[in-house]
Amino acid sequence: MAKAMPKVDVVLVGFGWTGAILAQQLCDAGMTVLALERAAARTTPDNWATTFDQDELRYMWRHHLFQNVKYSTLTVRNNVNQTALPMRKLGSFLPGTGVGGAGIHWNAQIWRWLETDFKLKSHNEARYGKAATEGLTIQDMPLGYDELEPYYDMFDRICGTSGKAGNLKGAKQPGGNPFEGSRSADYPTPPLTLTYGPKLFEQAAAGMGLHPFTHPAGNLSEPYTNPLGLQMGKCTYCGFCEKFGCGNYSKASPQTALIPYILTKPNFELRTECEVLKVERTPDGRHATGVTYVDASGAEYFQPAEIVALTAYQLHNVHLMLVSGIGQPYDPATGQGHVGKNYCYQTMSSVDLFFEDKNLNPFIGAGALASVIDDYNGDNFDHSGLGFIGGAYIAGMITGARPIEMTRVPDGVPKWGLEWKRAVAKYYLRNMSLSVHGSSYAQAGNYLSLDPTYKDQFGRPMLRMTFDFPDNDLKMAQYCTDRAAGIGHRMGASHVHPKPRKGPWDVTPYQTTHNCGGTMMGTSPADSVVNKYSQSWDVANLFVTGAGLYPQNPGYNPTGTLAALCFLTADAIKSQYVKAPGAPLVAA
Amino acid sequence: MNADATQRRSLWHRVLLAIVAVMVLLIALSIVTWGWLKLNPVKIVEPPPGVLGLLTAPIPDGANADLIRRGRALTIAGDCVSCHTRAGGHPFEGGLGLQTPFGVIYSPNITSDRATGIGDWTPDQFFAALHRGVAPGSKYLYPALPYPHFTTIPRSDTDAILAYLKTVPAEHYVEPGNRLPFPLDVRLSMIAWNAVNFTPHAFQPDPSKPAAWNRGAYLVQGLGHCGACHTAKTALGAEQRTRALQGGTLDNWVAPDLTGNPRTGLGRWSAADIVAYLKTGRNTHSNAAGQMAEVVTYSTSLMPDEDLAAIATYLKTLAPSANVPSPAPAAAAMRAGGAIYADACTACHLAAGKGQPGMFPPLAGSAAAQQSDPTGLIRLILAGGRTAPTLTHPSFQTMPSFAWKLNDQQIADVATYVRNSWGNRASPIPADAVADLRGKLALRHALRRGDGQ
Repeated sequence: MAKAMPKVDVVLVGFGWTGAILAQQLCDAGMTVLALERAAARTTPDNWATTFDQDELRYMWRHHLFQNVKYSTLTVRNNVNQTALPMRKLGSFLPGTGVGGAGIHWNAQIWRWLETDFKLKSHNEARYGKAATEGLTIQDMPLGYDELEPYYDMFDRICGTSGKAGNLKGAKQPGGNPFEGSRSADYPTPPLTLTYGPKLFEQAAAGMGLHPFTHPAGNLSEPYTNPLGLQMGKCTYCGFCEKFGCGNYSKASPQTALIPYILTKPNFELRTECEVLKVERTPDGRHATGVTYVDASGAEYFQPAEIVALTAYQLHNVHLMLVSGIGQPYDPATGQGHVGKNYCYQTMSSVDLFFEDKNLNPFIGAGALASVIDDYNGDNFDHSGLGFIGGAYIAGMITGARPIEMTRVPDGVPKWGLEWKRAVAKYYLRNMSLSVHGSSYAQAGNYLSLDPTYKDQFGRPMLRMTFDFPDNDLKMAQYCTDRAAGIGHRMGASHVHPKPRKGPWDVTPYQTTHNCGGTMMGTSPADSVVNKYSQSWDVANLFVTGAGLYPQNPGYNPTGTLAALCFLTADAIKSQYVKAPGAPLVAA
Repeated sequence: MNADATQRRSLWHRVLLAIVAVMVLLIALSIVTWGWLKLNPVKIVEPPPGVLGLLTAPIPDGANADLIRRGRALTIAGDCVSCHTRAGGHPFEGGLGLQTPFGVIYSPNITSDRATGIGDWTPDQFFAALHRGVAPGSKYLYPALPYPHFTTIPRSDTDAILAYLKTVPAEHYVEPGNRLPFPLDVRLSMIAWNAVNFTPHAFQPDPSKPAAWNRGAYLVQGLGHCGACHTAKTALGAEQRTRALQGGTLDNWVAPDLTGNPRTGLGRWSAADIVAYLKTGRNTHSNAAGQMAEVVTYSTSLMPDEDLAAIATYLKTLAPSANVPSPAPAAAAMRAGGAIYADACTACHLAAGKGQPGMFPPLAGSAAAQQSDPTGLIRLILAGGRTAPTLTHPSFQTMPSFAWKLNDQQIADVATYVRNSWGNRASPIPADAVADLRGKLALRHALRRGDGQ
């Protein structure tokens, strides 16, 4: 029998970026907030201090900061004709666990969607005809860029994002991204300083008439104090962002940008090593009464709350919705139901470059240290006759040169032995990779559901992922990778190896931790799981955050937009929901 | 004179002699050991939940509301909560063990609980405790309660503090018994200590100085009891009057020089710098860490700005301490230290000790680095230190421990380098000093080749 705990106003399931944003916003509004985090409390000095955070074996290869598949995993397959099997080793994506979530080991590449990304279906159909979206289950967002802009700005102020605006209050700015939507303010801190490799990319792209700009970064170019009084230091370009925590307090994370402030709030409580098993509801199913969770000793508790917010990683939010029986699960055979529908990923391609005469010192790196072009992203270019929609940003990026992971050698070099060693020695300082960060659009056969066979450690059915790259996205990957290769040649590389993403999707090689969809937002219960305030259509006191809200994934890293949506949700709860608790914020 | 009388007198003499001998013994023991006994609290690792809430929640209007509000402000200025709260305990519930070489003194419960706290105390009794160091029932207090400073708190203020403490939720809790050897476990031994070291007195304002200075002097010398840490002790354990606020050492930390000395003291700090430090836990010169971090979090950061300005006004008038001449460092130590600095320190403190002011302290010109007693610097490198989180600046950026990574010689060299570069000048650090502190703090040795294989 679960032990009942004292009721709180808001219970958060998971304490990463979105949990921390809601905690800060709702504690400031005077609500009592409890965060339940399945794994441990983590802090910079205890878990990734400068004295040991550059340990590639520990963090990258032994997955020190990632979800441990021994305790939590899912099953995967490419299509409904296959039998899904459990993912027994992390590969394609690396979800986090513990306080801060994946916000600890992210690269801190902070992006906004294009204005056209918010009306993806209607825009593309208007420009290219209905045939352009055939075979895709993409749809428009229930809100536009302008409505989200103030919340994008909030997240930039929280993170101290380094960059240069390309569009300030409608006026184009030199040095920024000319394709971006209008910003109400410039970035809080100036762009990072480009090193030689990204500089070569910038010069080549500019020489080709493209529009390079410095990648917006949560690796800060200068010391910064955010509006909550929280401080961040200057990035040292140590090259250990991605898959690592930052010991210098230079990378925006829940730990640097929100949590110390939240901890000063007497109306906040954090319980770690408490895993939520289920959202509980009233007998009619219309109202969440709270959550059931298990602590580290295995004891079960019932935590009542006025508001339940699923603030875990996208995969876990979808899983909790399914195991709690909330909403109708998506069935690809009938097309009915929305929970688990429109699971999307990110279509990652690259071009490896090797130079004979240029020493790039690539060990000087940062998670978002890049010159980047957005000319081939979204609908920033004419897709007429190309046979696909969507696109990618192309980045001349150097995140570092971790010596185990990044011993790239030109194609044709043996995989081991003397020749390999010679090539590694020759090219270690003379290579870089262009990132082709492509969109991932939904199709009917890609979805998340409960596995019929495999159970998790608590006896619940595991989450099952059914995914393969749509033809649309593979064509996009080929096209954009070719464009990137052209830039690589112009940079003077002796070897240019384009690696366009090919199907079928493989769970083994690392691609990116950008899992999206499954709890998508929309304009009505007929097209989505939640409304534009991330409020469940079925259970009005249940909110769901994260990239699961996306009906499809544009060619950008998801965190910027999901954080902005979370600030919007917080605002809606504070200004509208509390006036009529339990009522829908959007009429169904 | 008959034989009986002689015998009686002789007996009387012997009794008197015995009493005097016991008293002398008590005085000697207590005086010699009190320097050691002084505040060595087991630190609270994380703020117990509820402390800041209790100290900052609005006090509702009602009977005595103004008195209670004033009392809470005074309680905050006196930083009562830091010693009277143990890790995991309720605020003001006591039970924090003050470690001494001879045993442990536990802070008592000062919540409003009638049975175990001070809910039954009268204003007279409370005044006597702070003014004379004597609790109800003629119970002589140990100067772990800094009554040699609190003695100047006027009666109106002790009344207000008591009025506030009586609003603190009653917690039924009895602290563990002190673990002290005879005769220190006999509270009457404090009569002897007091006779030598303490005279109850009131604050004497200096009419030639402005009101702000006098307010600052009262806060620093009295209620704020700064000298309890920042003044060195005599061999007899009392504060050295001639070296007031020139820095002290306790619990393997250094409470730095607060005089106008530009190298070791506050000479390079403006009054505004002092206010910023006390208010936010950091300024462009330094971050509050170690034991001062708690003082800032629970006391100074919650004090009114005018009181902080008064403290700064007073401190800025303290005559500079004398410079202690220091021998030049060995070239080899500077070379090695410079290399270690480049590898281990520049990520935060940047090249040339520039620091990231307000975030990571500059080391060029740092008073903390140049204290005559290097214990604090060595401790920071060995064990690390956490910046005081405050309501306006909640970040607690933390210097990591280097104990596992750098050996005694390496820490000595990098400390020597920091103390003698970029215009800094202070005595070189011998490896023995590092080894000694490593032992006292029970820290592990640095990794050596072969460890873990």
